[in-house]
Amino acid sequence: MSLLTTLARLEAVHQDRAQPLATVRHRHLSDRPMVVVPLAAAGEDGAPLAAMLGTDRDAPRLHVVPQPLDRDQRFAFLAALAGDLLPYLEGYGEETEQVEGTEKDPETGERLPVVRELCADAPQLVVPNSAGVHHLGLLGRSTRFRRTADDADAGPYPVPSRVPLLGRWLTHLRERAEVPGSSMLLAMTALLGRHWATGQSHLEDQHLGALLAWIAPPPGLGGAEAARYAESARDGRGQLHCPPAGPATDPRFDEKLLGPAVARHDAARAALRAAPPGEAARAEAHVRRTADEVRGLLEQVLRPTWDQVWRGLDLLRALPPGARVAERWEGDRWSYTGHRERLAAGEPPQPRFDDAVTAARKLAQREREQARLDLQEALDDPLAMAEHRLSGEAFAGTVEAVEAAYDTSGRTPKPRPLVTVRTGDRPHADPGREVHRVWGPPGEDGAAPAAQKAEVVRHDPAEGTVVLRLTSGMGRRREPEPGTVPQPGDRVCFTLFELSVRQAAPLPDPQNTPWTHGGPPGSASAVPGPRPGGPHTGGPHTGGPAAAAAADEEWE
Amino acid sequence: MNDSHPGYASHGSAEPPAQRLAGLRGPAPQRSLDARALAALAANPGCRRRALLDAAGVDKTVLAERLGSPAPFGRSPFAIARGNVFEARVKADGYAELLLLLQRHLGLPEPDADGVAVPDLLPRAGTAVRAERTRQALAEAAARPGRWTLLDHPMLRLDVAGSPAHLEPDAVVVRPDGRWTVVEIKSFPILDGSADPAKVGAAARQAAVYVLALREAAAELAGVKPGDGPYDEPEGPAAAPDPTVLLVCPRDFSNRPTAAVVDVRRELAVTRRQLRRMTRIDRILDALPADAGFDLSTADDGTPARTDGQLADAVAAVPAAYAPDCLSTCELGFHCRREARCADAVGQLGRSVRGELGSLRTVGGALAAAAGGVPGRGARDGGGPAHDGGPADGGAGGPADAVDEAAARLARAAALRAEALAEGGLRP
Repeated sequence: MSLLTTLARLEAVHQDRAQPLATVRHRHLSDRPMVVVPLAAAGEDGAPLAAMLGTDRDAPRLHVVPQPLDRDQRFAFLAALAGDLLPYLEGYGEETEQVEGTEKDPETGERLPVVRELCADAPQLVVPNSAGVHHLGLLGRSTRFRRTADDADAGPYPVPSRVPLLGRWLTHLRERAEVPGSSMLLAMTALLGRHWATGQSHLEDQHLGALLAWIAPPPGLGGAEAARYAESARDGRGQLHCPPAGPATDPRFDEKLLGPAVARHDAARAALRAAPPGEAARAEAHVRRTADEVRGLLEQVLRPTWDQVWRGLDLLRALPPGARVAERWEGDRWSYTGHRERLAAGEPPQPRFDDAVTAARKLAQREREQARLDLQEALDDPLAMAEHRLSGEAFAGTVEAVEAAYDTSGRTPKPRPLVTVRTGDRPHADPGREVHRVWGPPGEDGAAPAAQKAEVVRHDPAEGTVVLRLTSGMGRRREPEPGTVPQPGDRVCFTLFELSVRQAAPLPDPQNTPWTHGGPPGSASAVPGPRPGGPHTGGPHTGGPAAAAAADEEWE
Repeated sequence: MNDSHPGYASHGSAEPPAQRLAGLRGPAPQRSLDARALAALAANPGCRRRALLDAAGVDKTVLAERLGSPAPFGRSPFAIARGNVFEARVKADGYAELLLLLQRHLGLPEPDADGVAVPDLLPRAGTAVRAERTRQALAEAAARPGRWTLLDHPMLRLDVAGSPAHLEPDAVVVRPDGRWTVVEIKSFPILDGSADPAKVGAAARQAAVYVLALREAAAELAGVKPGDGPYDEPEGPAAAPDPTVLLVCPRDFSNRPTAAVVDVRRELAVTRRQLRRMTRIDRILDALPADAGFDLSTADDGTPARTDGQLADAVAAVPAAYAPDCLSTCELGFHCRREARCADAVGQLGRSVRGELGSLRTVGGALAAAAGGVPGRGARDGGGPAHDGGPADGGAGGPADAVDEAAARLARAAALRAEALAEGGLRP
């Protein structure tokens, strides 16, 4: 945690209310997000218990597994979940736009223009917390290899064909959520934690109810008291007023309410199996009644979390979006488009393990995106830039004097004006160091000014002045273009880091990849070819045997 | 954290500690320390409150309730059922699956015609009897080299800060090569060859406590004194306990067991060091006011032996070392958090914050420094001794210039934050 964040937390303690950590919203929010609140059965990772989901806050849909150990009920649940989620996920694939780009011709090395399809928008799933993200990933892992009735060797427990498809989507979303700054699958606690500092520790912030209590306490209550209420207040039956946001349920709920209800459901099902033919209808009604009872209990503990997630969305929507959020969302759209194309091309499900090349590519992508995110957040948000100013990686101040000067070493003199900036910051600005000018938000005409670099001439920390020589971004003439050189009295900001992210060196071609990393002398097809946008699935060799092995997995 | 313990004014209690601890607990049944509690205790060795209450065997759950901050813990019956079903499956058919896993993962030969000895460890007897029986069984197994012996739920003893703790591993195997291996059966899955690192870490810390207890047993059998340093390695027959343990978990989404060999040497060293650092219980007892007590019992007519107020006073008399991690490991976490908040201690925001702010110990003091106030006495008055590691660091603080530097950095951060907020239009 940085000192600025610590300071914000201290202020939050003092004010008894959360304090802003951002002046803009740093993540994309969809107009029609799909909120999903999943619950898992205690003691068994990845065993679904229930899920409340939907795009309409007033009309959540609920799916439950009345007996979490029952395989048939579990697949019925997953099929119902797929029925709800897949239309939403696939619906964004219909509207596309054409984007022109260039692609290197593999034979001649020439850059050729190509037109690619990009989906106009992408789906967005919002879950309460990062454990929810993990749980969706587990659901994806447990379903994407399942055999369906359509498969040639369906195996003993075929599932509806939508189930493995859902698994592949969930796996893709889970993978994408690992990419810094991506917004296709978001955890509400992480979203709120990025934008507000509470007066409690990071650990306690993982409780969605407590986090919201700090940010928007109910009238008459302070943040600390409201958070304590959300964490631990119980009603007359010993049940929490604010149930945990999942996927784990409160053990006391399991013990006092859910456990007995599931036991009654089990008893009813046993009675149905043993019922004589004449009694079957009544026994069946009883099974339905007990299942509804479980459903009702789960609805009661899911609904508060559902409302909290929507409340969090309201709070975030009140923040203006950062200027570069849309640019990052385009990355999510490419990722979505890529996955859609891979499904359409009939590629196998994502493998259980990434091969070396895919893993290296994913890592490089995440590192690059992290650097881009840090940079863009700093450019979008003075509070994020303040972190860099505090660490001496940037400085802002007022222009005191501008002195025209020229570089006469060439054939024609070039403008190299000297700018004196008064600043309270203490940048690590040694003479000769290159700095980069941060422009304010673009003006009415919307045209972004040219990038401008400067060189540190003198730095006097005691005086609080930095003298810079502007070296670029002033046009091609002898005199700088108007508006490109700051004037005395102007506020300026410079960074010691570059304002664009460097591309990592590309990976070698398949034929130059060592055999340890999947290259020759094995099959050349082992290494997937480069594909634009998004992470890659593995080569075809990984799908078959992995899928076969997984289909043999026992479920109980 | 610091581990210096300056002398206290002794109340001169002549009673032996065990008796004094029993007196503190009153007639309520003793809660025995288990490996989970020990691992949690070792994670926060500076906490005298927890050390004392655990040593006295006070039921902290009930105590937390009486103090008005009930603990949120509990285990779901579903999780318990799942854990029991899985353990039963691993041990079914004369431990067939478990022995297979041991052979495969530890590279051991198949048991010969004599099979595996599974001594009766008297599971229904009292703790002391079971511990003695386990000791016997270990001695018998050590006397028969080249044979397999499997101890199902043995009872081990470990001395913790002057009071005995009883520990019950899922199983201990005496291998044909004479080594002893701890087997830990957990119900979280190993999925695609990897498991949740937090859960594996907790299991490893717990297993390290078992290995430690086994080493004491082995040293006792060999008639040597166990080494005291965290990196001391026993030699000869006392080295029988293997510091790599076998973790048995369900495979993927199934109920079939798979296993992984976990090297717990690191956890072992950490636990030993932490346990050694733990304040000796007798010193805490000496610092306790004579009238303090944690008797949670009630008389027949329902009047409690001690009022809630008396209990709160007694708890407050023992210093705690609160950190937010306590909320997930200690029943009194919520109580100590409330106390830390009342004291305005910066530790309520986490250990890292406390480290970052150096000698600025209170929220008010840190904010005063941030506002440019001279960080004089008021800014570093300490969060009250109850929330610091001990009295030693509640005193002088750092050198004055260190305080000034921390204060200057905070003031600079506050100025930048105010400027950025104004620029972002959030606060004029």
